[in-house]
Amino acid sequence: MSDPILSLLDLKLGFKTYEGLVEVLHGISLRIGRGEKVALVGESGSGKSVTARIILGLLQELKSARISGAIHFDGADLEKLSRRERQALRGTRMSMIFQDPTSSLNPVFPIHVQFHEVLRRMDRNLTQRQGMQRAISLLTDVSIPEPERVLQAYAFQLSGGMNQRVMIAMALANEPSLLIADEPGTALDVTVQAQTLHLMRDLVVRKGTSVLFISHNLGVVREFADRVYVIYKGRIVEHGPTDALFGQPRHPYTKALMAAVPRITGGGIPDIPENSEAFLDPMIDHEVEVPA
Amino acid sequence: MIEKTAEPVPVLEARNISKTFKAATHEVRALDGVSLSVARGECLAIVGESGSGKTTLANMLLGIYPPSAGEMFLDGQMLPTRRSLPLRRAIQLVQQNPLSSLNPRRTIGASLRLALDVHDIGARQERKTRVAALLDEVGLPAEFASRYPSALSGGQRQRVAIARALACEPEILVLDEPTSALDVLVQARVLRLLDELRHRKALTYVFITHDLAVVRNIADRVAVFERGIMVEMADTETIFTNPGNAYTRSLIGAIPIITDEEEALRKTVLENKSAH
Amino acid sequence: MRRTLSILLSNPLSVIGLLLVGTVVFSAIFADFIAPFPSHRGAVVDFSNFNQPPHWPNIFGTDLVGRDLFSRILYAYRISLMLGVVVLAIAVPIGVTVGLAAGYLGGWVDFVLMRLTDVFLSIPPLVLAMSVMGVLEPTLTNGMLAVTTMWWPWYARLAYNVTRSESQEGYVLAAEIIGASRLHIMFREILPNCVPSIVTKMTLDLGFVILIASSLSFLGLGVQAPTPDLGSMVAEGGNYLPDSWWLTVFPSLAILIAVFGFNLLGDALRQVLGADQ
Ligand SMILES: Nc1ncnc2c1ncn2[C@@H]1O[C@H](COP(=O)(O)OP(=O)(O)OP(=O)(O)O)[C@@H](O)[C@H]1O
Ligand SMILES: Nc1ncnc2c1ncn2[C@@H]1O[C@H](COP(=O)(O)OP(=O)(O)OP(=O)(O)O)[C@@H](O)[C@H]1O
Ligand SMILES: [Mg+2]
Ligand SMILES: [Mg+2]
Repeated sequence: MSDPILSLLDLKLGFKTYEGLVEVLHGISLRIGRGEKVALVGESGSGKSVTARIILGLLQELKSARISGAIHFDGADLEKLSRRERQALRGTRMSMIFQDPTSSLNPVFPIHVQFHEVLRRMDRNLTQRQGMQRAISLLTDVSIPEPERVLQAYAFQLSGGMNQRVMIAMALANEPSLLIADEPGTALDVTVQAQTLHLMRDLVVRKGTSVLFISHNLGVVREFADRVYVIYKGRIVEHGPTDALFGQPRHPYTKALMAAVPRITGGGIPDIPENSEAFLDPMIDHEVEVPA
Repeated sequence: MIEKTAEPVPVLEARNISKTFKAATHEVRALDGVSLSVARGECLAIVGESGSGKTTLANMLLGIYPPSAGEMFLDGQMLPTRRSLPLRRAIQLVQQNPLSSLNPRRTIGASLRLALDVHDIGARQERKTRVAALLDEVGLPAEFASRYPSALSGGQRQRVAIARALACEPEILVLDEPTSALDVLVQARVLRLLDELRHRKALTYVFITHDLAVVRNIADRVAVFERGIMVEMADTETIFTNPGNAYTRSLIGAIPIITDEEEALRKTVLENKSAH
Repeated sequence: MRRTLSILLSNPLSVIGLLLVGTVVFSAIFADFIAPFPSHRGAVVDFSNFNQPPHWPNIFGTDLVGRDLFSRILYAYRISLMLGVVVLAIAVPIGVTVGLAAGYLGGWVDFVLMRLTDVFLSIPPLVLAMSVMGVLEPTLTNGMLAVTTMWWPWYARLAYNVTRSESQEGYVLAAEIIGASRLHIMFREILPNCVPSIVTKMTLDLGFVILIASSLSFLGLGVQAPTPDLGSMVAEGGNYLPDSWWLTVFPSLAILIAVFGFNLLGDALRQVLGADQ
């Protein structure tokens, strides 16, 4: 815990538009320990994806983005890195998985070519044969039955669940220290999504990968994460260990969020008030405030 | 068959309907011999994974295309392939994505008026007030009539889509994943509105979804579809306490849940499979 | 509207486009007041002052019969623009209706209409126009007719493509389920969503129509003397290059400015109206 793999301190983001500066993040602080699985939950437009894109160094390229605050990855100040250095980080020590697996894969090249590209980012001298062997063992890790066949296929020839496994295997191919998963698999079926999430969880635990898991689905977060940050309109409103947060949500927004999830035990649909002032209450930090 | 209700004539009935799509190289059997009936005022949920034929069923109920085999009945009368305006009016649809289901270049008011104009509902002069009343029905202010969809949030758009379906004064609403494009908080509000509208206006719902947790809280009965076949049909309580089908159980097992009570329920359901 | 304008003005290329088009349209409309020699649009002869290089008051020089080139270019703009507007006013409604019908109704309507469109599209525009002009008399009306025959298919294609993708949208399904008529769905629901791409293309095309009309008259098939026309001016002047360079250079520049201006503006509109998404 003392040496986090990633820490954000007072991260602010605004976009310059024709109407003026639109502030999207109002000072986000967040920390991910080594081997820790941390979730960022919040509703649409709350700023989850932009946070991920800043960590990946993607938004820094956008001329209209105004970013301030400190971002440390593995001890290094990300803002001090050059564009090339940030680019070199992506896909090697830091990697990502997106919402729709099928459209994140390139339709024009078979899977093995894309795998080779990914692996070559770490090892320039990798031969075709070595690459294939690595890819096969990686695909076996994500329980793909016939890895040789899958490697020859194109993304559109595989099912969504298969593509999602391929994406996971590729994202973990270079043994990154940090994996960012932005709503992974929301485009998939519930049962397929559940399967691949379990698989991904087991794999990152085994490899000790730290994960920033972005989702608006509280149920998925509860099953996946060690710690949770709840974001509302560009502010973290509550954070703490998953059990504490789900067992005893304390911030009005978190409470509303939890109440809104339909329960399989029934009980009807709750009456959720319109966005209330209380949602902007000060942040609650379970780790410092939990009484002994 | 667990036909609980002994309703004399169901408001909507499908008898043994099938649908086969002809693709270039092969045929797709999207729906295979499905029979079901919906009682007046009931909410029947149709659940199943992607490609299980839920939307195909909805499209045939709405008369978008005819079934390859089988018949459908509305109030005991057989539904013809080409439907007259009154028959169309009786069954309306709320789609999944309100961003696409509302015309981006027409105002909310114009979209709502369309139904009134087509079916000649109310006198011409009072249609404007009817539009306002419709908006009010779904909890939106009357000023929204002059706005474009882009100026509305996702939840507000879905409310407009519901109002548009209601404008036809239908008997039956087919809801195809009406809340799966929405955030949890917004989803809860829209679901509550739908539930309330059904009771207030004595509407009948065919509620299509893949989210079983939603089903638990809104449906009276559930039909489970798997690859074009209805594998189970039971009242909601039974589905969640004692599902008779392995596929239904796997769907319940896949629901991400957030409380310990749910965890316990899910566990018993999954363990029950040995009992069957 | 204000947003649109502020976006337009924030891009220097759009501003240039706006200025160029503004200049062209302004000169065409107010040619009577701007032109130093309004009568020179017609069959005027002034042998005392023929084929002169630019000098005061003939700032662009004079042509072979002594007419002021600057005045003639202004009037030529007027004719070209009129031609462009009339051509588009005929070609756009025809093309768009064909495209909408084919795209929305599908089936055999789609097959027949779009094959017909393809036939027109497969003939090079200039060849099609030349053959029309070759058969008919080379008058201004026939010039417009010729250009129109080759222009509507582009709008049919454009409207067809947009309609095909819009037909998949939920709002079309919604209107069908409510029971709206096909005409309503085509013209009231889908058409408004085609407007951005159509307007953009029209702006771009005004430049091209002017260019094509000029090409026709360059080949001697367009507007006939003594009516001023940029294409015939370039063609005529070409015989006297390089000595009487002004005869070619100024009309050519005039064409360039118009085409370039409409293109820049069209591109800017495309961005502002979001027609390319
Ligand atoms: N390039 C951009 N220019 C201007 N505003 C932007 C840009 N990208 C994102 N935003 C705005 O930033 C806010 C946060 O967006 P973000 O994509 O992070 O939301 P999110 O939490 O990921 O939501 P979702 O659950 O819908 O993915 C939104 O209001 C969005 O409109
Ligand atoms: N117009 C069509 N032409 C050919 N095949 C079709 C057509 N419509 C649907 N299908 C096929 O029929 C099957 C059932 O599709 P349907 O859309 O009813 O599924 P669904 O249960 O609604 O799935 P989802 O949850 O993804 O919406 C699928 O295999 C689909 O590919
Ligand atoms: Mg996002
Ligand atoms: Mg569907």
